[in-house]
Amino acid sequence: MESLTNRKVVVSDKPMTFMEKLYLPGIIKGMLVTFRHILMRRKTIKYPEETREFAPVYRGMHVLKRDDQGRENCTACGLCAVACPAEAITMTSAERTNADKHLYREEKYASMYEINMLRCIFCGLCEEACPKEAIFLTDRLVPTQFERGEFIYGKDKLVEPLDERIDITKRQFTGKRSAI
Amino acid sequence: METFFWIDKLVLVLLLFLISLGIAAYQTYFERKLAGWIQDRVGPDRAGRFGILQPIADGVKMFLKEDFTPANADKWLFILGPGIAMFTSLITSAIIPWGTDLQLFGRSISLQVAEINIGILFAFGIISIGVYGIMIGGWASNNKYSLFGAIRASSQMISYELAMGISAITIIMISGSLDLRAIVESQHGLNWNIFYQPVAFLVFFICALAETNRAPFDLPECENELIGGYHTEYSSMKLGLFLFSEYVAMFVSSAIMAILFFGGYNFPGMDYLTYNPNLLSIISVAVFFIKIFALIFIFMWIRWTIPRFRFDQLMHLGWKVLIPLALVNMLVTGFIVALYESWF
Repeated sequence: MESLTNRKVVVSDKPMTFMEKLYLPGIIKGMLVTFRHILMRRKTIKYPEETREFAPVYRGMHVLKRDDQGRENCTACGLCAVACPAEAITMTSAERTNADKHLYREEKYASMYEINMLRCIFCGLCEEACPKEAIFLTDRLVPTQFERGEFIYGKDKLVEPLDERIDITKRQFTGKRSAI
Repeated sequence: METFFWIDKLVLVLLLFLISLGIAAYQTYFERKLAGWIQDRVGPDRAGRFGILQPIADGVKMFLKEDFTPANADKWLFILGPGIAMFTSLITSAIIPWGTDLQLFGRSISLQVAEINIGILFAFGIISIGVYGIMIGGWASNNKYSLFGAIRASSQMISYELAMGISAITIIMISGSLDLRAIVESQHGLNWNIFYQPVAFLVFFICALAETNRAPFDLPECENELIGGYHTEYSSMKLGLFLFSEYVAMFVSSAIMAILFFGGYNFPGMDYLTYNPNLLSIISVAVFFIKIFALIFIFMWIRWTIPRFRFDQLMHLGWKVLIPLALVNMLVTGFIVALYESWF
Protein backbone atom coordinates (compact mmCIF):
# COMPACT_ATOMS: atom_id res chain seq x y z
CA MET A 1 0.00 0.00 0.00
CA GLU A 2 1.30 3.40 -0.88
CA SER A 3 1.55 5.62 2.13
CA LEU A 4 -0.13 9.00 2.14
CA THR A 5 2.60 10.80 4.07
CA ASN A 6 6.36 10.53 4.24
CA ARG A 7 6.32 10.30 8.04
CA LYS A 8 6.48 6.53 8.14
CA VAL A 9 9.68 5.20 9.75
CA VAL A 10 10.79 1.63 9.33
CA VAL A 11 11.72 0.28 12.76
CA SER A 12 15.08 -1.45 12.75
CA ASP A 13 15.93 -4.08 15.30
CA LYS A 14 19.66 -4.17 14.72
CA PRO A 15 21.91 -4.79 17.75
CA MET A 16 23.42 -1.67 19.31
CA THR A 17 26.96 -0.76 18.41
CA PHE A 18 29.58 -0.27 21.12
CA MET A 19 29.27 3.52 21.00
CA GLU A 20 25.52 3.24 21.42
CA LYS A 21 25.94 0.87 24.33
CA LEU A 22 28.13 3.41 26.11
CA TYR A 23 25.07 5.69 26.25
CA LEU A 24 27.28 8.64 27.16
CA PRO A 25 27.42 10.18 23.65
CA GLY A 26 23.64 9.92 23.51
CA ILE A 27 23.28 11.48 26.94
CA ILE A 28 25.59 14.35 26.00
CA LYS A 29 23.65 14.88 22.79
CA GLY A 30 20.42 15.04 24.77
CA MET A 31 21.91 17.44 27.28
CA LEU A 32 23.02 19.74 24.49
CA VAL A 33 19.45 19.76 23.19
CA THR A 34 18.10 20.79 26.58
CA PHE A 35 20.87 23.37 26.95
CA ARG A 36 19.86 24.91 23.65
CA HIS A 37 16.36 25.24 25.04
CA ILE A 38 17.67 27.20 28.06
CA LEU A 39 18.90 29.87 25.67
CA MET A 40 15.74 29.93 23.57
CA ARG A 41 13.11 32.59 23.79
CA ARG A 42 10.29 31.80 26.23
CA LYS A 43 6.90 31.27 24.69
CA THR A 44 4.99 32.14 27.84
CA ILE A 45 2.51 35.01 27.85
CA LYS A 46 2.42 36.39 31.39
CA TYR A 47 -1.34 36.69 31.48
CA PRO A 48 -2.48 39.41 33.82
CA GLU A 49 0.30 41.75 32.69
CA GLU A 50 0.21 40.93 29.00
CA THR A 51 -2.54 39.35 26.97
CA ARG A 52 -2.45 37.37 23.81
CA GLU A 53 -3.25 39.37 20.72
CA PHE A 54 -6.91 38.79 19.90
CA ALA A 55 -8.31 38.05 16.49
CA PRO A 56 -10.46 40.91 15.19
CA VAL A 57 -13.57 38.73 15.45
CA TYR A 58 -12.88 37.68 19.06
CA ARG A 59 -16.04 37.31 21.14
CA GLY A 60 -15.42 38.16 24.77
CA MET A 61 -17.34 39.86 27.58
CA HIS A 62 -20.58 41.58 26.63
CA VAL A 63 -21.35 45.26 26.77
CA LEU A 64 -24.74 47.00 26.86
CA LYS A 65 -24.27 50.04 24.67
CA ARG A 66 -25.57 53.54 25.14
CA ASP A 67 -26.35 55.80 22.22
CA ASP A 68 -24.45 58.98 21.39
CA GLN A 69 -26.51 60.92 23.95
CA GLY A 70 -25.66 58.47 26.66
CA ARG A 71 -29.06 56.73 26.78
CA GLU A 72 -29.26 52.97 27.10
CA ASN A 73 -30.19 51.27 23.85
CA CYS A 74 -31.76 48.21 25.44
CA THR A 75 -35.54 48.06 25.43
CA ALA A 76 -35.85 44.74 27.23
CA CYS A 77 -37.52 43.04 24.31
CA GLY A 78 -36.07 39.72 25.39
CA LEU A 79 -34.93 38.59 21.95
CA CYS A 80 -31.40 38.03 23.17
CA ALA A 81 -32.66 35.82 25.96
CA VAL A 82 -34.74 33.85 23.46
CA ALA A 83 -31.85 33.53 21.06
CA CYS A 84 -29.40 32.45 23.74
CA PRO A 85 -28.70 28.73 23.31
CA ALA A 86 -27.20 28.48 26.79
CA GLU A 87 -30.03 30.35 28.51
CA ALA A 88 -27.58 32.62 30.15
CA ILE A 89 -29.52 35.87 29.80
CA THR A 90 -32.43 37.02 31.93
CA MET A 91 -34.07 40.42 32.34
CA THR A 92 -37.08 42.28 33.68
CA SER A 93 -38.52 45.25 31.91
CA ALA A 94 -39.92 48.51 33.26
CA GLU A 95 -41.63 51.55 31.82
CA ARG A 96 -39.70 54.72 31.47
CA THR A 97 -40.95 57.74 33.44
CA ASN A 98 -40.56 61.29 32.24
CA ALA A 99 -37.81 61.93 34.72
CA ASP A 100 -35.72 59.12 33.21
CA LYS A 101 -35.88 60.32 29.60
CA HIS A 102 -32.20 61.13 29.55
CA LEU A 103 -31.31 57.60 30.71
CA TYR A 104 -33.23 55.32 28.35
CA ARG A 105 -33.80 55.82 24.65
CA GLU A 106 -37.25 54.27 24.34
CA GLU A 107 -40.32 53.97 26.54
CA LYS A 108 -39.44 50.54 27.83
CA TYR A 109 -36.16 49.62 29.42
CA ALA A 110 -34.49 46.78 31.31
CA SER A 111 -34.68 47.40 35.02
CA MET A 112 -32.68 44.23 35.59
CA TYR A 113 -30.43 42.55 33.05
CA GLU A 114 -28.22 39.63 33.98
CA ILE A 115 -25.85 37.38 32.06
CA ASN A 116 -24.48 34.29 33.76
CA MET A 117 -20.94 34.21 32.46
CA LEU A 118 -20.52 30.59 33.50
CA ARG A 119 -23.42 29.55 31.28
CA CYS A 120 -22.54 31.85 28.43
CA ILE A 121 -20.77 30.15 25.53
CA PHE A 122 -19.84 33.43 23.83
CA CYS A 123 -21.51 32.44 20.57
CA GLY A 124 -22.66 35.96 19.78
CA LEU A 125 -26.26 35.03 18.95
CA CYS A 126 -27.57 37.66 21.39
CA GLU A 127 -25.70 40.26 19.44
CA GLU A 128 -27.21 38.99 16.19
CA ALA A 129 -30.70 38.86 17.64
CA CYS A 130 -30.66 42.35 19.10
CA PRO A 131 -32.82 44.71 17.02
CA LYS A 132 -31.74 47.79 18.95
CA GLU A 133 -27.99 47.33 18.69
CA ALA A 134 -27.79 47.26 22.43
CA ILE A 135 -25.71 44.22 23.22
CA PHE A 136 -22.31 43.48 21.73
CA LEU A 137 -19.49 41.12 22.49
CA THR A 138 -16.14 42.82 23.00
CA ASP A 139 -12.49 41.79 23.12
CA ARG A 140 -12.44 42.04 26.91
CA LEU A 141 -12.01 38.89 29.00
CA VAL A 142 -14.25 37.80 31.85
CA PRO A 143 -11.93 37.79 34.86
CA THR A 144 -11.70 34.74 37.09
CA GLN A 145 -13.46 34.73 40.45
CA PHE A 146 -13.53 32.53 43.51
CA GLU A 147 -17.35 32.45 43.92
CA ARG A 148 -19.90 31.27 41.38
CA GLY A 149 -22.24 34.12 42.24
CA GLU A 150 -19.73 36.67 41.12
CA PHE A 151 -20.02 35.41 37.56
CA ILE A 152 -23.61 36.63 37.26
CA TYR A 153 -23.07 40.03 35.69
CA GLY A 154 -25.75 42.63 36.28
CA LYS A 155 -26.25 45.99 34.68
CA ASP A 156 -23.54 47.48 36.87
CA LYS A 157 -20.92 45.46 35.01
CA LEU A 158 -22.56 45.21 31.59
CA VAL A 159 -23.73 48.73 30.76
CA GLU A 160 -20.87 50.78 29.46
CA PRO A 161 -19.88 53.68 31.67
CA LEU A 162 -20.57 57.15 30.33
CA ASP A 163 -17.05 58.42 30.78
CA GLU A 164 -15.26 55.45 29.22
CA ARG A 165 -17.12 54.25 26.18
CA ILE A 166 -16.20 50.79 24.89
CA ASP A 167 -15.11 50.51 21.31
CA ILE A 168 -16.91 47.69 19.52
CA THR A 169 -16.04 48.68 15.96
CA LYS A 170 -13.26 46.10 15.73
CA ARG A 171 -15.58 43.31 14.79
CA GLN A 172 -18.51 45.32 13.41
CA PHE A 173 -17.63 45.52 9.73
CA THR A 174 -21.10 46.17 8.39
CA GLY A 175 -22.90 49.46 8.81
CA LYS A 176 -24.09 49.20 12.35
CA ARG A 177 -25.13 52.49 13.84
CA SER A 178 -23.83 53.25 17.28
CA ALA A 179 -20.24 52.33 16.81
CA ILE A 180 -18.86 54.38 19.67
CA MET B 1 43.40 30.97 72.86
CA GLU B 2 41.18 28.02 73.60
CA THR B 3 38.08 30.19 73.99
CA PHE B 4 38.84 31.97 70.72
CA PHE B 5 39.08 28.58 69.07
CA TRP B 6 35.61 27.64 70.26
CA ILE B 7 34.16 31.00 69.25
CA ASP B 8 35.66 30.64 65.77
CA LYS B 9 34.25 27.17 65.38
CA LEU B 10 30.84 28.18 66.70
CA VAL B 11 30.60 31.09 64.28
CA LEU B 12 31.72 28.85 61.45
CA VAL B 13 29.19 26.17 62.36
CA LEU B 14 26.34 28.67 62.47
CA LEU B 15 27.42 30.24 59.21
CA LEU B 16 27.67 26.86 57.53
CA PHE B 17 24.26 25.85 58.83
CA LEU B 18 22.66 29.01 57.48
CA ILE B 19 24.55 28.87 54.18
CA SER B 20 23.66 25.21 53.60
CA LEU B 21 19.99 25.84 54.31
CA GLY B 22 19.95 29.05 52.28
CA ILE B 23 21.62 27.40 49.33
CA ALA B 24 19.26 24.43 49.61
CA ALA B 25 16.29 26.81 49.59
CA TYR B 26 17.52 28.67 46.56
CA GLN B 27 18.39 25.40 44.85
CA THR B 28 14.67 24.62 44.85
CA TYR B 29 14.04 27.97 43.22
CA PHE B 30 16.78 27.52 40.67
CA GLU B 31 15.70 23.96 39.97
CA ARG B 32 12.21 25.15 39.10
CA LYS B 33 13.58 28.03 37.08
CA LEU B 34 15.87 25.73 35.13
CA ALA B 35 13.08 23.23 34.57
CA GLY B 36 11.04 26.08 33.18
CA TRP B 37 13.81 27.28 30.92
CA ILE B 38 14.53 23.84 29.56
CA GLN B 39 10.83 23.38 28.81
CA ASP B 40 10.60 26.84 27.19
CA ARG B 41 8.65 28.17 30.16
CA VAL B 42 9.42 31.00 32.55
CA GLY B 43 9.35 29.20 35.89
CA PRO B 44 8.23 30.80 39.14
CA ASP B 45 8.07 34.56 38.74
CA ARG B 46 5.17 35.71 40.92
CA ALA B 47 6.71 36.02 44.42
CA GLY B 48 8.91 39.07 44.31
CA ARG B 49 10.99 40.19 41.36
CA PHE B 50 11.76 37.16 39.10
CA GLY B 51 10.08 35.05 41.80
CA ILE B 52 13.11 35.50 44.03
CA LEU B 53 10.98 35.15 47.19
CA GLN B 54 9.50 31.84 46.06
CA PRO B 55 11.55 29.64 48.47
CA ILE B 56 10.46 31.81 51.40
CA ALA B 57 6.84 31.55 50.32
CA ASP B 58 7.24 27.78 49.98
CA GLY B 59 8.83 27.56 53.42
CA VAL B 60 6.02 29.55 55.01
CA LYS B 61 3.50 27.36 53.22
CA MET B 62 5.22 24.22 54.51
CA PHE B 63 5.06 25.47 58.08
CA LEU B 64 1.39 26.44 57.81
CA LYS B 65 0.25 23.08 56.44
CA GLU B 66 -1.40 20.54 58.70
CA ASP B 67 1.14 18.21 60.27
CA PHE B 68 -0.54 14.87 59.71
CA THR B 69 0.55 11.55 61.17
CA PRO B 70 -1.18 8.43 59.81
CA ALA B 71 -3.13 6.45 62.40
CA ASN B 72 -1.10 3.26 62.01
CA ALA B 73 2.27 4.94 61.74
CA ASP B 74 5.00 4.45 64.30
CA LYS B 75 4.94 7.95 65.75
CA TRP B 76 8.49 8.22 67.01
CA LEU B 77 10.13 6.71 63.97
CA PHE B 78 7.84 8.83 61.81
CA ILE B 79 9.37 11.93 63.40
CA LEU B 80 12.86 10.46 63.50
CA GLY B 81 13.03 9.72 59.74
CA PRO B 82 13.15 13.27 58.37
CA GLY B 83 15.34 14.29 61.29
CA ILE B 84 17.99 11.72 60.43
CA ALA B 85 17.75 12.58 56.75
CA MET B 86 18.37 16.25 57.46
CA PHE B 87 21.08 15.56 60.06
CA THR B 88 23.11 13.31 57.79
CA SER B 89 22.87 15.81 54.96
CA LEU B 90 24.04 18.70 57.10
CA ILE B 91 26.76 17.01 59.18
CA THR B 92 29.04 16.24 56.24
CA SER B 93 29.66 19.95 55.67
CA ALA B 94 31.64 19.95 58.95
CA ILE B 95 34.67 18.24 57.42
CA ILE B 96 34.81 20.23 54.21
CA PRO B 97 37.70 22.70 53.93
CA TRP B 98 35.97 25.75 52.52
CA GLY B 99 39.05 27.85 51.82
CA THR B 100 42.57 28.79 52.84
CA ASP B 101 43.09 30.17 56.33
CA LEU B 102 41.89 33.65 57.22
CA GLN B 103 44.24 35.98 59.14
CA LEU B 104 41.96 37.92 61.46
CA PHE B 105 42.45 39.51 64.91
CA GLY B 106 46.08 38.43 64.89
CA ARG B 107 45.40 34.76 64.56
CA SER B 108 44.87 32.25 61.83
CA ILE B 109 41.31 31.02 61.40
CA SER B 110 40.80 27.73 59.62
CA LEU B 111 37.75 27.54 57.38
CA GLN B 112 37.08 23.93 58.28
CA VAL B 113 34.98 22.99 61.27
CA ALA B 114 36.47 19.60 62.07
CA GLU B 115 40.02 18.99 60.90
CA ILE B 116 39.98 15.23 61.19
CA ASN B 117 42.64 13.32 59.31
CA ILE B 118 40.22 10.67 58.03
CA GLY B 119 37.78 13.16 56.50
CA ILE B 120 36.88 11.07 53.52
CA LEU B 121 36.10 8.03 55.67
CA PHE B 122 33.87 10.21 57.83
CA ALA B 123 32.07 11.43 54.69
CA PHE B 124 31.45 7.90 53.50
CA GLY B 125 30.32 6.83 56.94
CA ILE B 126 27.76 9.62 57.04
CA ILE B 127 26.62 8.89 53.48
CA SER B 128 25.96 5.29 54.44
CA ILE B 129 23.96 6.43 57.46
CA GLY B 130 21.96 8.64 55.09
CA VAL B 131 19.91 5.69 53.97
CA TYR B 132 18.50 5.28 57.47
CA GLY B 133 16.49 8.49 57.28
CA ILE B 134 14.71 7.32 54.18
CA MET B 135 14.40 3.73 55.37
CA ILE B 136 12.97 4.67 58.76
CA GLY B 137 10.68 7.29 57.25
CA GLY B 138 9.34 4.88 54.67
CA TRP B 139 8.91 2.04 57.13
CA ALA B 140 7.26 4.13 59.85
CA SER B 141 4.65 5.43 57.42
CA ASN B 142 3.05 1.97 57.32
CA ASN B 143 2.17 2.37 53.68
CA LYS B 144 3.10 0.00 50.91
CA TYR B 145 4.25 2.74 48.55
CA SER B 146 6.44 4.28 51.22
CA LEU B 147 7.91 0.90 52.02
CA PHE B 148 8.59 0.22 48.35
CA GLY B 149 10.29 3.59 48.08
CA ALA B 150 12.38 2.90 51.16
CA ILE B 151 13.42 -0.55 49.94
CA ARG B 152 14.37 0.84 46.57
CA ALA B 153 16.30 3.65 48.24
CA SER B 154 18.26 1.33 50.48
CA SER B 155 19.16 -1.19 47.77
CA GLN B 156 20.10 1.61 45.39
CA MET B 157 22.24 3.45 47.92
CA ILE B 158 24.06 0.32 49.08
CA SER B 159 24.78 -0.75 45.49
CA TYR B 160 26.13 2.60 44.43
CA GLU B 161 28.16 3.21 47.59
CA LEU B 162 30.51 0.41 46.53
CA ALA B 163 31.44 1.91 43.20
CA MET B 164 31.60 5.34 44.81
CA GLY B 165 34.00 4.13 47.49
CA ILE B 166 36.21 2.32 44.99
CA SER B 167 36.49 5.40 42.81
CA ALA B 168 37.32 7.45 45.89
CA ILE B 169 40.09 4.96 46.74
CA THR B 170 41.85 5.85 43.50
CA ILE B 171 41.91 9.47 44.59
CA ILE B 172 43.26 8.44 47.99
CA MET B 173 45.96 6.45 46.22
CA ILE B 174 47.24 9.30 44.11
CA SER B 175 47.03 11.93 46.83
CA GLY B 176 48.26 9.59 49.54
CA SER B 177 45.98 10.81 52.30
CA LEU B 178 42.51 10.42 53.75
CA ASP B 179 42.53 14.01 54.98
CA LEU B 180 40.35 16.20 52.80
CA ARG B 181 42.59 19.20 53.44
CA ALA B 182 45.62 17.22 52.27
CA ILE B 183 43.73 16.02 49.20
CA VAL B 184 42.90 19.61 48.35
CA GLU B 185 46.47 20.78 48.94
CA SER B 186 47.81 18.05 46.66
CA GLN B 187 45.82 19.61 43.79
CA HIS B 188 47.51 22.97 44.10
CA GLY B 189 46.84 25.43 41.28
CA LEU B 190 45.47 23.63 38.27
CA ASN B 191 46.86 20.22 39.22
CA TRP B 192 43.36 18.81 39.59
CA ASN B 193 42.57 15.13 39.97
CA ILE B 194 40.03 15.23 37.15
CA PHE B 195 42.91 15.33 34.67
CA TYR B 196 44.40 12.14 36.13
CA GLN B 197 41.20 10.32 37.00
CA PRO B 198 38.42 11.10 34.49
CA VAL B 199 37.01 7.59 34.75
CA ALA B 200 36.92 7.75 38.53
CA PHE B 201 35.15 11.08 38.27
CA LEU B 202 32.56 9.67 35.90
CA VAL B 203 31.84 6.74 38.21
CA PHE B 204 31.82 8.97 41.27
CA PHE B 205 29.50 11.46 39.63
CA ILE B 206 26.99 8.81 38.54
CA CYS B 207 27.09 7.33 42.04
CA ALA B 208 26.62 10.76 43.59
CA LEU B 209 23.47 11.16 41.49
CA ALA B 210 22.25 7.83 42.79
CA GLU B 211 23.23 8.56 46.40
CA THR B 212 21.32 11.84 46.47
CA ASN B 213 18.29 10.20 44.81
CA ARG B 214 18.40 12.60 41.92
CA ALA B 215 17.02 11.85 38.49
CA PRO B 216 17.72 9.62 36.59
CA PHE B 217 18.10 7.61 39.82
CA ASP B 218 15.08 9.00 41.65
CA LEU B 219 13.35 5.64 41.87
CA PRO B 220 12.73 5.88 45.64
CA GLU B 221 10.47 8.86 45.14
CA CYS B 222 9.20 8.50 41.63
CA GLU B 223 5.90 10.27 41.43
CA ASN B 224 4.14 8.21 38.83
CA GLU B 225 4.85 4.73 40.22
CA LEU B 226 5.13 5.25 43.96
CA ILE B 227 3.24 8.55 44.41
CA GLY B 228 6.20 10.13 46.16
CA GLY B 229 7.81 6.95 47.49
CA TYR B 230 9.12 7.15 51.01
CA HIS B 231 7.55 10.55 51.70
CA THR B 232 4.05 9.70 50.50
CA GLU B 233 2.58 9.97 53.99
CA TYR B 234 4.55 13.01 55.06
CA SER B 235 3.15 16.50 55.18
CA SER B 236 4.02 19.92 56.48
CA MET B 237 7.60 20.60 57.51
CA LYS B 238 8.42 16.90 57.88
CA LEU B 239 7.97 16.61 54.14
CA GLY B 240 9.86 19.87 53.88
CA LEU B 241 12.79 18.36 55.77
CA PHE B 242 12.91 15.37 53.44
CA LEU B 243 12.84 17.55 50.35
CA PHE B 244 15.31 19.96 51.90
CA SER B 245 17.71 17.23 52.94
CA GLU B 246 17.85 16.08 49.33
CA TYR B 247 18.96 19.53 48.27
CA VAL B 248 21.44 19.87 51.12
CA ALA B 249 22.83 16.45 50.18
CA MET B 250 23.18 17.64 46.63
CA PHE B 251 25.07 20.70 47.82
CA VAL B 252 27.38 18.70 50.07
CA SER B 253 28.05 15.97 47.52
CA SER B 254 28.86 18.66 44.96
CA ALA B 255 31.31 20.08 47.50
CA ILE B 256 32.91 16.68 48.00
CA MET B 257 33.20 16.15 44.27
CA ALA B 258 34.75 19.60 43.91
CA ILE B 259 37.28 18.64 46.59
CA LEU B 260 38.13 15.21 45.22
CA PHE B 261 38.28 16.05 41.53
CA PHE B 262 38.26 19.78 40.91
CA GLY B 263 40.88 20.95 43.36
CA GLY B 264 38.51 22.25 46.03
CA TYR B 265 39.39 25.87 46.64
CA ASN B 266 42.48 25.78 44.41
CA PHE B 267 42.55 27.99 41.37
CA PRO B 268 45.26 28.74 38.81
CA GLY B 269 47.37 31.74 39.77
CA MET B 270 46.82 31.45 43.52
CA ASP B 271 50.56 31.68 44.21
CA TYR B 272 50.55 35.35 43.18
CA LEU B 273 48.13 36.18 46.00
CA THR B 274 50.11 34.80 48.94
CA TYR B 275 51.16 38.33 49.98
CA ASN B 276 47.55 38.95 51.10
CA PRO B 277 46.23 35.85 52.89
CA ASN B 278 42.77 37.31 53.53
CA LEU B 279 42.20 38.19 49.89
CA LEU B 280 43.43 34.74 48.92
CA SER B 281 41.10 33.16 51.43
CA ILE B 282 38.05 35.07 50.19
CA ILE B 283 38.82 34.33 46.54
CA SER B 284 39.45 30.67 47.33
CA VAL B 285 36.07 30.38 49.05
CA ALA B 286 34.42 32.09 46.09
CA VAL B 287 36.16 29.77 43.63
CA PHE B 288 35.10 26.76 45.67
CA PHE B 289 31.48 27.92 45.63
CA ILE B 290 31.62 28.54 41.89
CA LYS B 291 32.77 24.96 41.39
CA ILE B 292 29.98 23.70 43.66
CA PHE B 293 27.36 25.70 41.82
CA ALA B 294 28.61 24.46 38.45
CA LEU B 295 28.27 20.88 39.68
CA ILE B 296 24.80 21.58 41.08
CA PHE B 297 23.86 23.03 37.72
CA ILE B 298 24.97 19.82 36.02
CA PHE B 299 22.94 17.81 38.56
CA MET B 300 19.83 19.77 37.66
CA TRP B 301 20.59 19.81 33.97
CA ILE B 302 20.77 16.01 34.01
CA ARG B 303 17.54 15.78 35.94
CA TRP B 304 15.61 17.66 33.29
CA THR B 305 17.21 15.77 30.41
CA ILE B 306 17.38 12.08 31.20
CA PRO B 307 14.36 9.91 31.99
CA ARG B 308 14.30 7.64 35.03
CA PHE B 309 15.91 4.20 35.01
CA ARG B 310 13.97 1.02 35.36
CA PHE B 311 14.93 -0.85 38.51
CA ASP B 312 16.70 -3.74 36.74
CA GLN B 313 18.59 -1.23 34.60
CA LEU B 314 19.63 0.56 37.77
CA MET B 315 20.98 -2.62 39.32
CA HIS B 316 22.64 -3.62 36.05
CA LEU B 317 24.39 -0.26 35.82
CA GLY B 318 25.48 -0.33 39.43
CA TRP B 319 26.75 -3.88 39.75
CA LYS B 320 27.75 -4.90 36.25
CA VAL B 321 29.07 -1.65 34.82
CA LEU B 322 30.19 0.82 37.46
CA ILE B 323 31.79 -1.56 39.98
CA PRO B 324 33.92 -3.41 37.36
CA LEU B 325 34.82 -0.09 35.79
CA ALA B 326 35.83 1.36 39.14
CA LEU B 327 37.77 -1.79 40.03
CA VAL B 328 39.73 -1.81 36.77
CA ASN B 329 40.40 1.87 37.18
CA MET B 330 41.62 1.28 40.72
CA LEU B 331 43.93 -1.57 39.63
CA VAL B 332 45.41 0.45 36.78
CA THR B 333 45.91 3.44 39.06
CA GLY B 334 47.51 1.26 41.71
CA PHE B 335 49.83 -0.27 39.14
CA ILE B 336 50.90 3.12 37.82
CA VAL B 337 51.38 4.55 41.30
CA ALA B 338 53.49 1.55 42.30
CA LEU B 339 55.60 1.83 39.15
CA TYR B 340 56.02 5.57 39.64
CA GLU B 341 57.15 5.21 43.22
CA SER B 342 59.61 2.37 42.58
CA TRP B 343 61.23 3.77 39.43
CA PHE B 344 61.45 7.49 40.13
